[in-house]
Amino acid sequence: MAERPRIRLPKQAKKGEVIEIRTLLPHLMESGQRKGPDGKVFPRKIVNAFTCEFNGQLVFSATLEPAISANPYLQFSARVEESGTFRFAWTDDDGTVITADESITVT
Amino acid sequence: MRPLSRRAALAALGASSAALALVGWSDSVSATVDEAAAEIAKFTGGKTATAGRIAIELPEVAENGNTVPLRITVESPMTAADYISDVLVVADGNPRPGVAAFKFTPMAGKADISTRMRLAATQNIIVVAKTGKGELFTARRQVTVTVGGCVG
Repeated sequence: MAERPRIRLPKQAKKGEVIEIRTLLPHLMESGQRKGPDGKVFPRKIVNAFTCEFNGQLVFSATLEPAISANPYLQFSARVEESGTFRFAWTDDDGTVITADESITVT
Repeated sequence: MRPLSRRAALAALGASSAALALVGWSDSVSATVDEAAAEIAKFTGGKTATAGRIAIELPEVAENGNTVPLRITVESPMTAADYISDVLVVADGNPRPGVAAFKFTPMAGKADISTRMRLAATQNIIVVAKTGKGELFTARRQVTVTVGGCVG
């Protein structure tokens, strides 16, 4: 599962502005509740953690449970005081970490 | 859905809800209600949360329990002195009560989060928010689910 995350945020913002960030990671989020035709449960495999940092400082993080829908979508905010780079990271149950970077110019 | 067709899934849903009605659905629901309460107690450390400051946006009726949009906004200036640090979301009618736990820093600017969740049946969504100073706030909303998610 190495599909690219989709991220939306403005390219530019004014100093002190609160911007909106939308993220979506294509992922099945197998809940561990679903059974196949043989009656066996598909083992749980979800993205269990998400973090968003700006210039190395934590902005927002989430612990996700199997009750989060497939292709986990998260929309949240960030207050930007300077230009810099957001780093987004999703952690899979299997230990894989998917990361993405987005920069913003603050005037 | 992998080998499970939509038709098979719907048939299974009908069969399982009929079976649950026979064995007493209310018992299994109250078990999850207790689990949800335990999850909240772990988050609050047993302290009582004040009702208010939290807005939960949910559809009145969710037609598809596999993807129910949820938005939570907590009133807060989000300054270093006064900000929302943690938000816990619990569903009291799912196989497991946990939905998500969010952490904010003052850099978030707003305690405002949207996501999509799976709901197995009509139930309550309970949200508890914690400030940096340890104050606790809570809110709950009922959501009617027409076709449940978590179909097994």
